[in-house]
Amino acid sequence: MLILLLILVPFIGGLASFLFGEKMAYAWAVFTSLLTLAIAGTAYYFYSQATHTTDLSFDCPWIESIGSTFSLSMSDGLSVLMIGLTGLLFPCVFISMQNKQPERKHVFYGLMLLAQAGLIGVFLAKDALLFYLFWEVALIPVYFLSSMYGGPNRIPVTFKFFVYTFVGSLVMLVALLIIYNHTPVHSFSWDAFVSVGRSLPEADQSWLFWMLFIAFAIKMPVFPFHTWQPDAYEQSATPVTVVLSAIMVKMGLFAVVRWLLPIIPLGSIHWMNVVLLLCIIGVVYASCMAMVQTNIKRLIAYSSIAHIGLMCAAIFSYSNNLLGVQGAYIQMFNHGINIMGLWILVSIVENRLGTQDLREMGGIAKIAPRFTIALVLISLANIALPLTNGFVGEFMMLNGLFNSISTYRMVFTIIAGLGVILSAVYTLGMIQKVAYGELNEKTASMKDLTMNEWIILLVIMGIILFLGFYPNALMLLVDTP
Amino acid sequence: MLNLVWLVPLFPLIGFIITGLGRNHLGKASGWIASLAILASFVVSALIFIELKTLPEDIAEHTTGSHVVHLFNFINTHAMQIAFDFQIDALSSIFLLVITGIGFLIHIYSISYMSHDEGFGKFFAYLNLFVFSMLLLVLGANYLILFIGWEGVGLCSYLLIGFWYKNIAYTDAAKKAFIMNRIGDLGFLIGMFLLYSKCNALDFKSIENMMPTLMNDPSYITAVALCFFIGATGKSAQIPLFTWLPDAMAGPTPVSALIHAATMVTAGVYMIARSNFLYSVAPIAQQVILIIGLATALLAATIATQQNDIKKVLAYSTVSQLGFMFMALGVGAYTAAIFHVITHAFFKALLFLGSGSVIHAVDGEQDIRNMGGLKKYMKITYITFFIGCIAIAGIPPLSGFFSKDEIMMHIFTHGTNGKIFWILGMLAAMMTAYYMFRLLFITFHGTYRGKGHPHESPALMTMPLIVLAALSIVGGFIGIPEVFGGHHALNAFLEPILLKSQALQTSIYELSHQNEILLMGVAVFIACIGITMAWFGFKKYNAADTTKGIAKFAEDKWYIDELYDKVIVKPLFGISKWIEKIIEKAGIDGIVNGVGRLIQVGSTKIRLLQSGLVGFYLFMFVLGIILLFALQMWLVKF
Repeated sequence: MLILLLILVPFIGGLASFLFGEKMAYAWAVFTSLLTLAIAGTAYYFYSQATHTTDLSFDCPWIESIGSTFSLSMSDGLSVLMIGLTGLLFPCVFISMQNKQPERKHVFYGLMLLAQAGLIGVFLAKDALLFYLFWEVALIPVYFLSSMYGGPNRIPVTFKFFVYTFVGSLVMLVALLIIYNHTPVHSFSWDAFVSVGRSLPEADQSWLFWMLFIAFAIKMPVFPFHTWQPDAYEQSATPVTVVLSAIMVKMGLFAVVRWLLPIIPLGSIHWMNVVLLLCIIGVVYASCMAMVQTNIKRLIAYSSIAHIGLMCAAIFSYSNNLLGVQGAYIQMFNHGINIMGLWILVSIVENRLGTQDLREMGGIAKIAPRFTIALVLISLANIALPLTNGFVGEFMMLNGLFNSISTYRMVFTIIAGLGVILSAVYTLGMIQKVAYGELNEKTASMKDLTMNEWIILLVIMGIILFLGFYPNALMLLVDTP
Repeated sequence: MLNLVWLVPLFPLIGFIITGLGRNHLGKASGWIASLAILASFVVSALIFIELKTLPEDIAEHTTGSHVVHLFNFINTHAMQIAFDFQIDALSSIFLLVITGIGFLIHIYSISYMSHDEGFGKFFAYLNLFVFSMLLLVLGANYLILFIGWEGVGLCSYLLIGFWYKNIAYTDAAKKAFIMNRIGDLGFLIGMFLLYSKCNALDFKSIENMMPTLMNDPSYITAVALCFFIGATGKSAQIPLFTWLPDAMAGPTPVSALIHAATMVTAGVYMIARSNFLYSVAPIAQQVILIIGLATALLAATIATQQNDIKKVLAYSTVSQLGFMFMALGVGAYTAAIFHVITHAFFKALLFLGSGSVIHAVDGEQDIRNMGGLKKYMKITYITFFIGCIAIAGIPPLSGFFSKDEIMMHIFTHGTNGKIFWILGMLAAMMTAYYMFRLLFITFHGTYRGKGHPHESPALMTMPLIVLAALSIVGGFIGIPEVFGGHHALNAFLEPILLKSQALQTSIYELSHQNEILLMGVAVFIACIGITMAWFGFKKYNAADTTKGIAKFAEDKWYIDELYDKVIVKPLFGISKWIEKIIEKAGIDGIVNGVGRLIQVGSTKIRLLQSGLVGFYLFMFVLGIILLFALQMWLVKF
């Protein structure tokens, strides 16, 4: 039952928010998200102690005629990590928004909570049809959020984002139905998909692979399916961008791990080098793009594309002992934490200075020391400095890539390693342009962090340092013998 | 005491937390708290050193005398096990003493030097964080923990170079230092991946034990050794990654003394000495190190002879001296390299702090053309600076003479080309004497050319100068060669660690005592020539000359910065901008938007079919059936 609550609480909470109206909306949203976090925490506790395992899965008949069940399960460390990230992220975002409330609050928070329900569903679903349902449920509220809140150019950008991801979803649905048609007793269950998928001939697997991969690649996004992202991040309201970049892109990676590699194993290995190549190009390409951005949101968007590229490459590295995959799992969590921190900082800068243009910033280290400390630390985590949470994941991913079964593993690792250098170039450049130098007219009136912002960023920085010093805390979750 | 080694980095960490949190409230106290933290570390380090020295042979593990202290599991999965372990042995304990000892003196000095700075508390927090990272670096029992400290000191260097963040040039220098170090770090990372892929471990002991099997694949060993060396070129400012160090002088002078002279930049030397088991069986890598070290020593020395910024001269001198250390590593003379690290830490810290004292006296002026005659105004600074100069020039019996001489002896007897390397090395040594005394004469002799009234620095600044000057004088006595009846205490202390690698290569020089004395005589004579040239050139310096020709070339640092800018930085940004414009916006996005538009246009056309005329629909319906029939007939036919 517990696992069902994980979805029901934000879902019902979101619906209720529409009814409750504007006055209560903020408090209600914070309450609901904290409640969800508490449930997620309990679920984590049960998982780590291996007790109450029955609470961690849920099965009931759904659409029996076509063999689909409402099947949820928190079966591995990756889903625990993703649930933890989703649970943690929403209250943090909500609390950081206290000073700058959106219009029509009940709609905003309602949609956010619905998106959370959808995201949690994606990470728990053990039934292909259910998975598809949640995949779309997560997308639709975000689509509304991006089109209603955000920059002046948001409508066409959201449309592009929607078409991009929707095309991907449709192709994915077709692929899932094709696999479904092969099941001996028609079933959408994950286990049935795995057993039928791996028995398909390599020729079939090789095109089914692309149908699924393109859907996931658009979501992540992997080069060259990425052009929706910088626009969407730039134009969306920052809280929405946080959801997009910290969790929604992880849906793509998660789906690869859960719904692609085990189901289409031969196809995945067959196309491994092509995927790796795309990912590696993406790392360098996006890093180069990030270097020349003058808009801080676009810079972080490209930085995120570069990081995701490395994670995807690590997942496809097929290194011995799962080194790369485990690094990617850890990084999926840590990247979520770090990018959330960065976006919160960006929204603070944007709200107070009224600009996203890096050229108009500068000098605020003097008048906003707390902000600068948070900016420097979180940026350093973003470039994977040791003793921050970003390091171990990146180390394991690159190491995994180096020990990949791919023939070109060395070249791939060295090129991907250039990301280590380039990330320092654009991230330190960003710190310099935002915080250092002399104040100008725009930045002279910058106020330092308020208490609620400071608390949230302290939580984030605490996680960064704790997991930096003691990464083994996460290792226990992702380690499978 | 050995099991309490974690106390050594813990004190600076606590100091960092206290001074960091209290940076706005503690005032001047933060300087003393930070210094106290380092002093506490120094005391523990000294106790560890004493214990290690008196450790009975049978207790010392495997006779290498190294002691591993397990703290916690850093990474522990089926794929990878890496422990957060500290390794304490002769090599790390020497570095502990140097780091905390000199670190303490520089902290004390900084209390006075930085007293008027508004970032006083922050400065000491960073300085403590640096010492913490540096201690992690030398204590780590595996390459990953070493790497944590390695990048940690890079971060502190970044923060401290850009300490005065309002000046964009300074933050540019900080950024440059970090990025150049990162280039090296990528080499380091790949070295670790290479090691891990075969050894499934990263700790020094396991890898050392695996060497007999790894040696069957010399190209693999060479690749690993060269990858780590790339890391070392970044951190220790060797060709081609040395250009960040002179720019790093943007930081406060105590930082230059501690980080960019005495400790951090020697991390590369430490790392290679620590990996001696690897390098001793990788002769090609050693040859590369020797050549790079020599080239760096020469190049930096030529540049140093033409600089007019007091700190820039010292910076290039540091690069050059690091080149000497790498030359020693290149011929497998690890003890000599460590010896030079120690003595160099003494006299270069002294020289930097002395230059800080000078800068303090002349209100922040750094151009030596605007100084002169300062010996009248600041006696202690002058005398100590003079001691530093003769120490670095290699005049016996000061410390620099012994360590540099030991390196040169090893080079002289190394292989067939050893004598050529020796001659070139001596050329660099002559330039060292020349540029140091040029600096001394221009700064302290002649008449004062600047404005204001120079004054001697307060006791808090001169005390560390005196202590370091004393160390620069006597520091060489830890390694008196046999020819003078000494028995080289440092060599005896470090020997257990180097046993295995020394067995593998015959680098211990064998020179008759007569020849050794002769070579020493030549070395001293060459140093004296350098000093004399400086004396005649600059005893009455008037700052009117302009440089031209080769000198101008050296003054402009061989245009290497400009070269990197033209060949790497500008093209990288240019290509990125081009890609954004052509491929990203017009290409990929253009295709996507094009497809979108095509669908839009297409659908407006298709929409026309839905006219609402029943007759038209009927017509289409019939047409469709006819087509189907036709298709069926066509199919049947085949």
